[in-house]
Amino acid sequence: MVQELGYLKESPSQTAGPYVHIGCTPNFAGIAGVYETDLGSSMVNDKTLGERITVRGRVIDGGGTPLKDALVEIWQADAAGLYNSPSELRGAADPNFTGWGRCPTSADEGVFTFETVKPGRVPYKDGRRMAPHITFWIVARGINIGLHTRMYFADEAEANAEDPLLARIEHRHRVATLVAPRKGSIYTFDIHLQGEKETVFLDI
Amino acid sequence: MSDISNKKPETGAFFQRDRAWHAPALTPGYKTSVLRSPQKALLSLDGTISEITGPVFGHSILGELDNDLIHNFARPGESAIGERIIVHGRVLDERGKPVPGALLEFWQANAGGRYRHRKETYLAPLDPNFGGCGRAITDADGTYRFRTIKPGPYPWPNGVNDWRPAHIHFSIFGHGFAQRLITQMYFEGDPMIWKCPIVTTIPDRRAIEQLIAPLDWANTIPMDARAYKFDIVLRGRRSTLFENRLEGN
Repeated sequence: MVQELGYLKESPSQTAGPYVHIGCTPNFAGIAGVYETDLGSSMVNDKTLGERITVRGRVIDGGGTPLKDALVEIWQADAAGLYNSPSELRGAADPNFTGWGRCPTSADEGVFTFETVKPGRVPYKDGRRMAPHITFWIVARGINIGLHTRMYFADEAEANAEDPLLARIEHRHRVATLVAPRKGSIYTFDIHLQGEKETVFLDI
Repeated sequence: MSDISNKKPETGAFFQRDRAWHAPALTPGYKTSVLRSPQKALLSLDGTISEITGPVFGHSILGELDNDLIHNFARPGESAIGERIIVHGRVLDERGKPVPGALLEFWQANAGGRYRHRKETYLAPLDPNFGGCGRAITDADGTYRFRTIKPGPYPWPNGVNDWRPAHIHFSIFGHGFAQRLITQMYFEGDPMIWKCPIVTTIPDRRAIEQLIAPLDWANTIPMDARAYKFDIVLRGRRSTLFENRLEGN
Protein backbone atom coordinates (compact mmCIF):
# COMPACT_ATOMS: atom_id res chain seq x y z
CA MET A 1 0.00 0.00 0.00
CA VAL A 2 1.04 3.56 -0.63
CA GLN A 3 -0.46 6.83 0.44
CA GLU A 4 -3.27 8.14 -1.73
CA LEU A 5 -2.58 11.19 -3.84
CA GLY A 6 -6.08 12.39 -3.05
CA TYR A 7 -6.56 14.40 -6.20
CA LEU A 8 -10.07 15.04 -7.42
CA LYS A 9 -11.26 14.60 -10.99
CA GLU A 10 -12.19 17.65 -13.02
CA SER A 11 -15.95 18.00 -13.49
CA PRO A 12 -16.70 16.62 -16.94
CA SER A 13 -17.66 19.17 -19.57
CA GLN A 14 -21.08 19.15 -21.18
CA THR A 15 -22.18 21.02 -24.29
CA ALA A 16 -23.19 24.65 -23.89
CA GLY A 17 -26.34 23.72 -25.80
CA PRO A 18 -28.54 25.87 -28.02
CA TYR A 19 -29.47 28.30 -25.24
CA VAL A 20 -26.03 29.31 -23.95
CA HIS A 21 -26.94 32.92 -24.69
CA ILE A 22 -29.63 32.90 -21.99
CA GLY A 23 -26.93 32.39 -19.39
CA CYS A 24 -23.93 34.18 -20.86
CA THR A 25 -25.40 37.03 -22.93
CA PRO A 26 -29.00 37.41 -21.72
CA ASN A 27 -29.44 40.90 -23.18
CA PHE A 28 -28.45 39.53 -26.58
CA ALA A 29 -30.96 36.71 -26.02
CA GLY A 30 -33.73 39.25 -25.41
CA ILE A 31 -33.87 38.78 -21.63
CA ALA A 32 -33.63 42.40 -20.60
CA GLY A 33 -33.41 43.84 -17.13
CA VAL A 34 -31.63 41.06 -15.29
CA TYR A 35 -28.08 42.33 -15.90
CA GLU A 36 -27.22 45.87 -16.96
CA THR A 37 -24.93 44.70 -19.76
CA ASP A 38 -23.68 41.40 -21.13
CA LEU A 39 -20.28 40.55 -19.66
CA GLY A 40 -17.43 40.81 -22.14
CA SER A 41 -19.37 42.91 -24.64
CA SER A 42 -16.82 45.73 -24.35
CA MET A 43 -13.06 45.31 -23.96
CA VAL A 44 -11.89 48.88 -24.54
CA ASN A 45 -12.84 52.41 -23.59
CA ASP A 46 -11.70 55.79 -24.93
CA LYS A 47 -8.53 55.70 -22.78
CA THR A 48 -7.28 52.27 -23.80
CA LEU A 49 -3.69 52.31 -25.01
CA GLY A 50 -2.58 50.71 -28.25
CA GLU A 51 -3.63 50.21 -31.82
CA ARG A 52 -7.37 49.74 -32.25
CA ILE A 53 -8.31 46.73 -34.31
CA THR A 54 -11.41 44.72 -35.14
CA VAL A 55 -11.31 40.94 -35.05
CA ARG A 56 -14.07 39.31 -36.99
CA GLY A 57 -14.82 35.79 -38.16
CA ARG A 58 -17.10 32.80 -38.28
CA VAL A 59 -17.14 29.31 -36.80
CA ILE A 60 -17.76 26.92 -39.68
CA ASP A 61 -18.94 23.32 -39.41
CA GLY A 62 -17.86 20.31 -41.46
CA GLY A 63 -20.58 21.00 -44.02
CA GLY A 64 -19.38 24.55 -44.64
CA THR A 65 -22.19 26.19 -42.68
CA PRO A 66 -21.36 28.97 -40.18
CA LEU A 67 -22.65 28.30 -36.66
CA LYS A 68 -25.31 30.78 -35.65
CA ASP A 69 -25.58 29.57 -32.08
CA ALA A 70 -21.93 29.61 -31.00
CA LEU A 71 -20.35 31.65 -28.22
CA VAL A 72 -16.78 32.85 -28.70
CA GLU A 73 -14.53 34.16 -25.92
CA ILE A 74 -11.12 35.73 -26.35
CA TRP A 75 -8.33 36.49 -23.89
CA GLN A 76 -5.28 38.56 -24.74
CA ALA A 77 -2.50 40.76 -23.44
CA ASP A 78 -2.69 44.55 -23.61
CA ALA A 79 -0.66 46.61 -26.07
CA ALA A 80 2.39 46.38 -23.79
CA GLY A 81 2.18 42.59 -23.51
CA LEU A 82 0.67 42.38 -20.02
CA TYR A 83 -2.42 40.43 -18.96
CA ASN A 84 -5.14 42.04 -16.84
CA SER A 85 -5.08 39.15 -14.37
CA PRO A 86 -3.99 38.60 -10.75
CA SER A 87 -1.65 35.89 -12.04
CA GLU A 88 0.24 38.47 -14.12
CA LEU A 89 3.27 39.20 -11.94
CA ARG A 90 5.41 41.08 -14.47
CA GLY A 91 3.66 44.41 -14.09
CA ALA A 92 0.34 46.22 -14.09
CA ALA A 93 -1.73 45.92 -17.24
CA ASP A 94 -3.58 48.85 -18.82
CA PRO A 95 -6.51 49.43 -16.42
CA ASN A 96 -8.60 50.59 -19.37
CA PHE A 97 -8.36 47.25 -21.13
CA THR A 98 -10.07 44.11 -19.83
CA GLY A 99 -8.24 41.65 -22.09
CA TRP A 100 -11.33 39.45 -22.15
CA GLY A 101 -14.18 39.54 -24.64
CA ARG A 102 -17.25 37.43 -25.27
CA CYS A 103 -19.38 37.50 -28.41
CA PRO A 104 -22.23 35.34 -29.69
CA THR A 105 -22.10 34.58 -33.41
CA SER A 106 -24.83 36.57 -35.14
CA ALA A 107 -28.21 35.01 -35.90
CA ASP A 108 -28.12 36.05 -39.57
CA GLU A 109 -24.61 35.30 -40.84
CA GLY A 110 -22.93 33.66 -37.88
CA VAL A 111 -20.29 36.37 -37.47
CA PHE A 112 -18.46 37.29 -34.24
CA THR A 113 -16.84 40.71 -33.85
CA PHE A 114 -14.46 42.05 -31.21
CA GLU A 115 -13.33 45.68 -30.94
CA THR A 116 -9.97 45.41 -29.24
CA VAL A 117 -6.31 46.44 -29.44
CA LYS A 118 -3.40 44.63 -30.95
CA PRO A 119 -1.66 42.72 -28.14
CA GLY A 120 2.02 43.04 -27.33
CA ARG A 121 4.35 40.07 -27.23
CA VAL A 122 4.51 37.87 -24.14
CA PRO A 123 7.17 35.36 -23.11
CA TYR A 124 7.08 31.62 -23.64
CA LYS A 125 8.13 29.51 -20.67
CA ASP A 126 11.78 29.49 -21.69
CA GLY A 127 11.91 33.26 -22.04
CA ARG A 128 11.68 33.42 -25.83
CA ARG A 129 9.05 35.87 -26.97
CA MET A 130 5.88 34.52 -28.54
CA ALA A 131 4.41 36.36 -31.49
CA PRO A 132 1.39 38.56 -30.69
CA HIS A 133 -1.66 36.35 -30.38
CA ILE A 134 -5.19 36.15 -29.05
CA THR A 135 -6.43 33.06 -27.21
CA PHE A 136 -9.84 31.79 -28.39
CA TRP A 137 -12.36 29.55 -26.66
CA ILE A 138 -15.38 28.31 -28.61
CA VAL A 139 -18.50 26.62 -27.28
CA ALA A 140 -21.79 25.71 -28.97
CA ARG A 141 -24.47 23.11 -29.30
CA GLY A 142 -22.79 19.95 -30.58
CA ILE A 143 -19.39 20.84 -29.06
CA ASN A 144 -18.93 18.57 -26.04
CA ILE A 145 -15.91 20.36 -24.59
CA GLY A 146 -14.88 23.96 -25.28
CA LEU A 147 -12.30 24.34 -28.05
CA HIS A 148 -9.10 26.29 -27.41
CA THR A 149 -7.11 27.86 -30.21
CA ARG A 150 -5.06 30.97 -30.97
CA MET A 151 -5.20 33.72 -33.55
CA TYR A 152 -1.94 35.18 -34.86
CA PHE A 153 -1.54 38.28 -37.05
CA ALA A 154 -0.61 38.03 -40.73
CA ASP A 155 1.29 41.34 -40.63
CA GLU A 156 3.67 39.93 -37.97
CA ALA A 157 5.47 37.55 -40.29
CA GLU A 158 8.84 37.99 -38.60
CA ALA A 159 7.47 37.35 -35.11
CA ASN A 160 5.33 34.47 -36.35
CA ALA A 161 8.40 32.85 -37.88
CA GLU A 162 10.06 32.59 -34.45
CA ASP A 163 6.94 31.75 -32.44
CA PRO A 164 7.48 28.60 -30.33
CA LEU A 165 3.91 27.32 -30.70
CA LEU A 166 3.66 27.86 -34.45
CA ALA A 167 7.03 26.14 -34.79
CA ARG A 168 5.58 22.98 -33.22
CA ILE A 169 2.92 22.48 -35.88
CA GLU A 170 4.15 19.44 -37.73
CA HIS A 171 2.08 19.82 -40.89
CA ARG A 172 3.29 23.24 -42.00
CA HIS A 173 0.34 24.00 -44.27
CA ARG A 174 -1.85 24.06 -41.16
CA VAL A 175 0.01 27.05 -39.66
CA ALA A 176 -2.11 29.27 -41.91
CA THR A 177 -5.27 28.19 -40.07
CA LEU A 178 -4.08 30.26 -37.10
CA VAL A 179 -2.99 33.39 -38.96
CA ALA A 180 -5.60 36.08 -39.61
CA PRO A 181 -5.22 38.24 -42.71
CA ARG A 182 -5.51 42.00 -42.32
CA LYS A 183 -7.51 44.50 -44.32
CA GLY A 184 -7.35 48.03 -42.95
CA SER A 185 -7.91 47.67 -39.21
CA ILE A 186 -9.89 44.44 -39.58
CA TYR A 187 -8.45 40.97 -39.05
CA THR A 188 -10.56 38.08 -40.29
CA PHE A 189 -10.29 34.80 -38.42
CA ASP A 190 -12.53 32.01 -39.66
CA ILE A 191 -12.47 28.90 -37.48
CA HIS A 192 -13.08 25.61 -39.27
CA LEU A 193 -14.25 22.76 -37.04
CA GLN A 194 -13.53 20.03 -39.61
CA GLY A 195 -12.23 19.26 -43.05
CA GLU A 196 -9.33 20.34 -45.24
CA LYS A 197 -9.06 23.69 -43.49
CA GLU A 198 -9.62 22.40 -39.95
CA THR A 199 -8.20 24.93 -37.50
CA VAL A 200 -5.38 23.75 -35.23
CA PHE A 201 -7.03 23.31 -31.83
CA LEU A 202 -5.00 23.11 -28.66
CA ASP A 203 -4.89 20.74 -25.71
CA ILE A 204 -3.76 23.23 -23.11
CA MET B 1 -10.71 43.47 -12.02
CA SER B 2 -9.94 41.50 -8.89
CA ASP B 3 -10.89 42.18 -5.31
CA ILE B 4 -10.66 38.65 -4.04
CA SER B 5 -7.40 38.26 -2.20
CA ASN B 6 -4.15 39.94 -1.29
CA LYS B 7 -2.31 36.63 -1.29
CA LYS B 8 0.28 36.13 -4.01
CA PRO B 9 -1.56 34.44 -6.84
CA GLU B 10 -0.49 31.08 -8.16
CA THR B 11 1.17 30.97 -11.55
CA GLY B 12 1.81 27.26 -12.11
CA ALA B 13 0.65 25.53 -15.26
CA PHE B 14 -2.48 23.42 -15.00
CA PHE B 15 -2.58 19.66 -14.64
CA GLN B 16 -2.92 17.91 -17.94
CA ARG B 17 -6.60 17.53 -18.78
CA ASP B 18 -7.78 13.90 -18.60
CA ARG B 19 -9.47 13.75 -21.99
CA ALA B 20 -10.75 10.21 -21.33
CA TRP B 21 -12.82 11.55 -18.41
CA HIS B 22 -14.59 14.03 -20.70
CA ALA B 23 -16.80 13.27 -23.69
CA PRO B 24 -14.91 12.82 -26.95
CA ALA B 25 -15.62 15.43 -29.63
CA LEU B 26 -17.40 13.01 -31.94
CA THR B 27 -20.42 11.34 -30.31
CA PRO B 28 -22.80 10.21 -33.08
CA GLY B 29 -25.63 9.53 -30.60
CA TYR B 30 -25.69 13.28 -30.13
CA LYS B 31 -26.20 14.12 -33.78
CA THR B 32 -25.14 17.75 -33.77
CA SER B 33 -21.63 16.70 -32.78
CA VAL B 34 -21.10 14.93 -36.10
CA LEU B 35 -20.34 18.06 -38.13
CA ARG B 36 -19.06 20.11 -35.21
CA SER B 37 -16.29 17.84 -33.90
CA PRO B 38 -12.65 18.44 -34.79
CA GLN B 39 -11.15 15.33 -36.36
CA LYS B 40 -7.45 16.05 -36.23
CA ALA B 41 -5.27 15.57 -33.16
CA LEU B 42 -5.14 18.51 -30.77
CA LEU B 43 -1.78 20.25 -30.47
CA SER B 44 -0.56 19.82 -26.88
CA LEU B 45 0.77 22.89 -25.12
CA ASP B 46 1.96 23.06 -21.53
CA GLY B 47 0.38 26.25 -20.25
CA THR B 48 2.10 29.52 -21.06
CA ILE B 49 1.24 32.85 -19.49
CA SER B 50 -1.57 33.15 -22.05
CA GLU B 51 -3.39 30.18 -20.53
CA ILE B 52 -2.42 30.34 -16.85
CA THR B 53 -3.79 33.87 -16.57
CA GLY B 54 -7.45 34.68 -16.98
CA PRO B 55 -10.05 37.31 -16.26
CA VAL B 56 -11.24 37.57 -12.66
CA PHE B 57 -14.49 39.26 -11.76
CA GLY B 58 -15.17 41.27 -8.63
CA HIS B 59 -18.30 41.01 -6.53
CA SER B 60 -19.07 44.56 -7.68
CA ILE B 61 -20.51 43.24 -10.94
CA LEU B 62 -23.25 41.41 -9.06
CA GLY B 63 -26.73 42.78 -8.56
CA GLU B 64 -28.76 41.93 -5.47
CA LEU B 65 -31.01 39.45 -7.30
CA ASP B 66 -28.41 37.90 -9.59
CA ASN B 67 -28.47 34.66 -7.59
CA ASP B 68 -32.23 34.58 -7.17
CA LEU B 69 -33.87 33.24 -10.33
CA ILE B 70 -37.22 33.12 -8.57
CA HIS B 71 -37.28 36.92 -8.46
CA ASN B 72 -34.70 38.39 -10.86
CA PHE B 73 -37.11 38.48 -13.79
CA ALA B 74 -40.40 38.57 -11.87
CA ARG B 75 -42.76 41.49 -11.63
CA PRO B 76 -42.62 43.25 -8.25
CA GLY B 77 -44.37 41.19 -5.61
CA GLU B 78 -44.58 38.12 -7.85
CA SER B 79 -42.35 35.09 -8.24
CA ALA B 80 -41.58 32.30 -10.67
CA ILE B 81 -43.80 29.20 -10.64
CA GLY B 82 -42.29 25.86 -9.70
CA GLU B 83 -40.64 23.80 -6.99
CA ARG B 84 -38.53 26.19 -4.96
CA ILE B 85 -34.94 24.99 -4.53
CA ILE B 86 -31.59 26.22 -3.27
CA VAL B 87 -28.53 25.07 -5.22
CA HIS B 88 -25.26 25.44 -3.38
CA GLY B 89 -21.82 23.93 -3.21
CA ARG B 90 -18.12 24.59 -3.56
CA VAL B 91 -15.81 25.19 -6.46
CA LEU B 92 -12.59 23.26 -5.85
CA ASP B 93 -9.61 22.44 -7.98
CA GLU B 94 -8.21 18.95 -8.53
CA ARG B 95 -5.95 19.39 -5.49
CA GLY B 96 -9.06 19.85 -3.36
CA LYS B 97 -8.30 23.52 -2.82
CA PRO B 98 -11.24 25.93 -2.79
CA VAL B 99 -11.35 28.35 -5.72
CA PRO B 100 -12.37 31.76 -4.37
CA GLY B 101 -13.62 34.48 -6.67
CA ALA B 102 -14.84 32.04 -9.34
CA LEU B 103 -17.64 33.45 -11.49
CA LEU B 104 -20.49 31.01 -12.07
CA GLU B 105 -23.22 31.74 -14.58
CA PHE B 106 -26.25 29.45 -14.76
CA TRP B 107 -29.22 29.08 -17.07
CA GLN B 108 -32.16 26.72 -17.23
CA ALA B 109 -35.66 25.98 -18.51
CA ASN B 110 -38.72 26.94 -16.47
CA ALA B 111 -40.74 24.50 -14.37
CA GLY B 112 -42.53 23.26 -17.49
CA GLY B 113 -39.30 22.63 -19.41
CA ARG B 114 -39.52 25.74 -21.60
CA TYR B 115 -36.62 28.12 -22.27
CA ARG B 116 -37.09 31.83 -22.85
CA HIS B 117 -35.42 31.84 -26.27
CA ARG B 118 -36.49 32.74 -29.80
CA LYS B 119 -35.41 29.35 -31.15
CA GLU B 120 -37.37 27.38 -28.56
CA THR B 121 -40.41 25.60 -30.03
CA TYR B 122 -41.63 23.35 -27.20
CA LEU B 123 -45.35 23.74 -26.58
CA ALA B 124 -45.02 24.17 -22.81
CA PRO B 125 -45.84 27.75 -21.78
CA LEU B 126 -43.47 30.51 -20.78
CA ASP B 127 -43.67 31.74 -17.20
CA PRO B 128 -43.93 35.55 -17.38
CA ASN B 129 -42.01 35.73 -14.10
CA PHE B 130 -39.08 33.52 -15.06
CA GLY B 131 -36.10 34.59 -17.19
CA GLY B 132 -33.85 31.61 -16.55
CA CYS B 133 -30.41 33.14 -15.92
CA GLY B 134 -28.38 33.94 -12.83
CA ARG B 135 -24.84 34.26 -11.56
CA ALA B 136 -22.74 34.14 -8.41
CA ILE B 137 -19.11 34.51 -7.35
CA THR B 138 -17.55 32.09 -4.89
CA ASP B 139 -16.58 33.26 -1.41
CA ALA B 140 -13.10 32.89 0.10
CA ASP B 141 -13.90 29.26 0.97
CA GLY B 142 -15.04 28.48 -2.58
CA THR B 143 -18.75 28.32 -1.72
CA TYR B 144 -21.63 29.64 -3.79
CA ARG B 145 -25.40 29.50 -3.62
CA PHE B 146 -28.46 30.50 -5.56
CA ARG B 147 -32.22 30.17 -5.41
CA THR B 148 -34.33 28.99 -8.29
CA ILE B 149 -37.18 26.72 -9.29
CA LYS B 150 -36.54 23.14 -10.36
CA PRO B 151 -36.43 23.07 -14.17
CA GLY B 152 -38.68 20.67 -16.04
CA PRO B 153 -37.52 17.96 -18.46
CA TYR B 154 -38.23 18.59 -22.13
CA PRO B 155 -38.18 16.85 -25.51
CA TRP B 156 -35.59 17.81 -28.13
CA PRO B 157 -35.02 16.95 -31.76
CA ASN B 158 -32.33 14.27 -31.91
CA GLY B 159 -33.83 10.80 -31.86
CA VAL B 160 -37.59 10.75 -32.49
CA ASN B 161 -38.31 10.55 -28.77
CA ASP B 162 -35.34 12.01 -26.94
CA TRP B 163 -35.84 14.02 -23.75
CA ARG B 164 -33.44 15.99 -21.62
CA PRO B 165 -33.52 15.20 -17.90
CA ALA B 166 -34.07 18.21 -15.66
CA HIS B 167 -30.78 20.13 -15.58
CA ILE B 168 -29.12 23.46 -14.92
CA HIS B 169 -26.31 24.70 -17.17
CA PHE B 170 -23.19 26.11 -15.49
CA SER B 171 -20.41 28.24 -16.96
CA ILE B 172 -17.37 28.58 -14.68
CA PHE B 173 -14.33 30.86 -14.67
CA GLY B 174 -11.50 29.84 -12.38
CA HIS B 175 -8.24 31.78 -12.18
CA GLY B 176 -6.75 30.76 -15.53
CA PHE B 177 -8.28 30.69 -18.98
CA ALA B 178 -7.27 27.01 -19.29
CA GLN B 179 -9.74 26.23 -16.48
CA ARG B 180 -12.70 27.58 -18.45
CA LEU B 181 -15.54 25.08 -18.23
CA ILE B 182 -19.19 24.69 -19.17
CA THR B 183 -21.14 21.77 -17.77
CA GLN B 184 -24.60 20.74 -16.56
CA MET B 185 -26.03 19.73 -13.20
CA TYR B 186 -28.58 16.92 -12.88
CA PHE B 187 -30.85 15.96 -9.99
CA GLU B 188 -30.53 12.90 -7.78
CA GLY B 189 -33.00 10.14 -8.53
CA ASP B 190 -33.98 11.23 -12.05
CA PRO B 191 -34.33 8.08 -14.20
CA MET B 192 -34.07 10.17 -17.37
CA ILE B 193 -30.39 10.95 -16.76
CA TRP B 194 -29.31 7.56 -18.06
CA LYS B 195 -31.47 7.78 -21.20
CA CYS B 196 -30.08 11.12 -22.37
CA PRO B 197 -27.82 11.12 -25.44
CA ILE B 198 -26.05 14.27 -24.20
CA VAL B 199 -25.35 12.88 -20.72
CA THR B 200 -24.09 9.62 -22.17
CA THR B 201 -21.55 11.35 -24.39
CA ILE B 202 -19.49 11.06 -21.18
CA PRO B 203 -17.98 7.57 -21.32
CA ASP B 204 -17.35 6.91 -17.62
CA ARG B 205 -20.32 6.35 -15.30
CA ARG B 206 -18.37 7.81 -12.38
CA ALA B 207 -17.83 11.01 -14.34
CA ILE B 208 -21.57 11.28 -15.02
CA GLU B 209 -22.25 10.74 -11.32
CA GLN B 210 -19.99 13.70 -10.63
CA LEU B 211 -22.67 15.87 -12.31
CA ILE B 212 -25.62 14.58 -10.25
CA ALA B 213 -26.46 16.79 -7.28
CA PRO B 214 -27.78 15.02 -4.19
CA LEU B 215 -30.78 16.30 -2.28
CA ASP B 216 -29.32 18.09 0.75
CA TRP B 217 -31.84 17.54 3.52
CA ALA B 218 -29.67 19.28 6.10
CA ASN B 219 -29.75 22.55 4.20
CA THR B 220 -33.38 22.32 3.17
CA ILE B 221 -35.29 25.31 4.55
CA PRO B 222 -38.44 24.18 6.37
CA MET B 223 -41.69 25.33 4.75
CA ASP B 224 -39.74 27.06 1.99
CA ALA B 225 -37.22 25.37 -0.32
CA ARG B 226 -35.37 22.09 -0.69
CA ALA B 227 -31.60 22.21 -1.17
CA TYR B 228 -29.36 20.43 -3.69
CA LYS B 229 -25.59 20.38 -3.26
CA PHE B 230 -23.43 20.62 -6.34
CA ASP B 231 -19.64 20.75 -6.05
CA ILE B 232 -17.63 21.65 -9.13
CA VAL B 233 -14.00 20.68 -9.72
CA LEU B 234 -11.72 22.76 -11.95
CA ARG B 235 -8.27 21.76 -13.11
CA GLY B 236 -5.49 21.81 -10.52
CA ARG B 237 -2.19 23.59 -11.06
CA ARG B 238 1.42 22.75 -10.38
CA SER B 239 3.60 24.49 -7.87
CA THR B 240 6.15 26.70 -9.59
CA LEU B 241 8.73 26.36 -6.82
CA PHE B 242 11.05 24.03 -8.66
CA GLU B 243 10.31 24.97 -12.24
CA ASN B 244 13.13 26.16 -14.41
CA ARG B 245 11.86 29.49 -15.61
CA LEU B 246 14.01 32.22 -17.01
CA GLU B 247 11.24 34.64 -16.09
CA GLY B 248 11.47 33.59 -12.44
CA ASN B 249 8.70 32.36 -10.18
